[in-house]
Amino acid sequence: MTTVLTGIAVGTGSVTGPVARMTPVPPLPQPRTVADTAAETGATLAALHDVVTDLESRAATAGAAAAEVLAAQGMMAADPVLAERVAELIRDGRDGAHALDAAFGEFRTALEAAGGYFAERAADLDDLRNRAVAQLLGLPMPGLPAPGHPFVLVAEDLAPADTALLDPTQVLALVTERGGPTSHTAILAKALGLPAVVGCGAADTLTEGLPVLVDAAAGTVQLDPAPEVVASAASREQRRRERAGRVHGAGRTADGHPVKLLANLGALQELSGAAAADCEGVGLFRTEFLYLDRAEAPGLDEQTAAYRQVFDAFAGRRVVVRTLDAGADKPLPFVNAGDEQNPALGIRGLRTAARDPELVDTQLAAVAAAAAASSAEVWVMAPMVSVPGEAADFAARVRAHGLPVAGAMVEVPAAALRAGAMADACDFLSIGTNDLAQYTFAADRTLGSLAALLDPWQPALLDLVRMTAQEGGRRGRPVGVCGEAAADPLLALVLVGLGVTSLSAAPSCLGEVRATLSEHTLEDCRALAALALAAGDAQSARAAVLDRTG
Amino acid sequence: MPQRSVAVGSSSGLHARPASLFVQAAARQPVRISVAREGGTAVDARSLLSVLALGARHGDTVVLSAEDEGPQAEQALEELATLVARDFDAPEQS
Repeated sequence: MTTVLTGIAVGTGSVTGPVARMTPVPPLPQPRTVADTAAETGATLAALHDVVTDLESRAATAGAAAAEVLAAQGMMAADPVLAERVAELIRDGRDGAHALDAAFGEFRTALEAAGGYFAERAADLDDLRNRAVAQLLGLPMPGLPAPGHPFVLVAEDLAPADTALLDPTQVLALVTERGGPTSHTAILAKALGLPAVVGCGAADTLTEGLPVLVDAAAGTVQLDPAPEVVASAASREQRRRERAGRVHGAGRTADGHPVKLLANLGALQELSGAAAADCEGVGLFRTEFLYLDRAEAPGLDEQTAAYRQVFDAFAGRRVVVRTLDAGADKPLPFVNAGDEQNPALGIRGLRTAARDPELVDTQLAAVAAAAAASSAEVWVMAPMVSVPGEAADFAARVRAHGLPVAGAMVEVPAAALRAGAMADACDFLSIGTNDLAQYTFAADRTLGSLAALLDPWQPALLDLVRMTAQEGGRRGRPVGVCGEAAADPLLALVLVGLGVTSLSAAPSCLGEVRATLSEHTLEDCRALAALALAAGDAQSARAAVLDRTG
Repeated sequence: MPQRSVAVGSSSGLHARPASLFVQAAARQPVRISVAREGGTAVDARSLLSVLALGARHGDTVVLSAEDEGPQAEQALEELATLVARDFDAPEQS
């Protein structure tokens, strides 16, 4: 009998490969009394030294960005004051593992007290502590596995720090116990074009080396599949790839209704890949990367140069720039107040502009300067717009900088409910389904346990998309979708049927969306949208559409 | 005890690359140097973790102190003060 585990499907595609698990953090043993403190100190400091040597040798072989991170971690582990403190704690009666734990803990507290980007280093200290304790206790090193052959990475969850060093030529697929459809793992999987199943609670039963078939479209992980199952999945995958690669150029339905297919862009290192992808431009250019990890906002010239790079790479194509979206899960010390009880509902997105108008004005001036020198079709939109007045103010500000096209993101239910007035106040609307789902269902998008509520197939979410697209359509305003929803080929049909005019997703997802669109008429899409809206819940909405397109 | 007060020049503060370079330079000095926020507790300048924990941001003044007196101490303070004041985040000048 074959066992099949289910989770939340992320991306498309399927692959078979052996499991390699993220090695878990070593548990601290019971404290013990140390008889020979000199030997204990020697062994503990030797373990710490081994961690430093390992980091240094990995830094020597890693790429430039990863090497800098590893070298900095090595310097932290080699800290002479840390070593003194560990020795002191052992003299005072702790065993080595507990001395390491306490010493790292003290520095962690100090960094957290320093706040801002100093506090972000706290995660590095946790990683170093785990490594040093594992080394001392002779346990396997926590972190990414390196079995020496391609593998399916299985983890409880993946943090950005875990995945910075992930080698896309070795990792076939991702399976995590936790995480939802908009989690870091899901976004990473789409960016790398990897099949993934997240929120797969039973993934803890997957043992090292076990062959598994990961089907990202179905959200399933099949244990030890029979050879004929593997072969049939592989030929399906082959056909899928051929199909995704068959249709090129501008997005359109089978009857020629145009649907702009655009790429999401969040960092300059993604630029060359996105620009080379078959897409009609950038539907969501997230500008936060310019502001992260710094004490004050970047100046006009620095911003202009960065925008110029993007516009030049997309010469002749559209680039939709989203102004700074600071707050909630990406706070910035110079923008956000640290004293909010509930930052997802606080002063974030466009709301920060009311408190610090110079921030957004500098950004718009930089976008305008870069746009003036480029042939890209530059549109600008604001995040977290709640009422039409905000959209009108923003549009006036954008036009004052000489930029002709201003839009508002629809991420707050209030904006969708008043989409007509929102569309009157500016030139286009862009629906951010990730935040719109979070606010519609009052479900924290970082909580894997609420993933079912955040499913973009939820009929209530689709209702808000329908209202927004209809009101925009009545006024001749483009209405795009730029959340994770746009990456799902089947859901893309529904969105188009609801009246959405453009879809923006990770470049790796666009081929399949394009191919699927080309096989259905606009009338088909409308019928599928009606089916999804009539469904009682997300699962049956998906099932009904899948059944009809079958 | 010879001292030197200097404002942090890098826009990211005494963090990341500026902090690493400062700590590496401190470790090379023949005299022990400590560093403190104005009015704060002094920490060993060779300790990256202690230096980061100062939380010294762009424009904050830090006080460097040498353990010994003499020309070596003066020279060490001079070198480290220059590093603190330099803006490592500015584009490289050619």
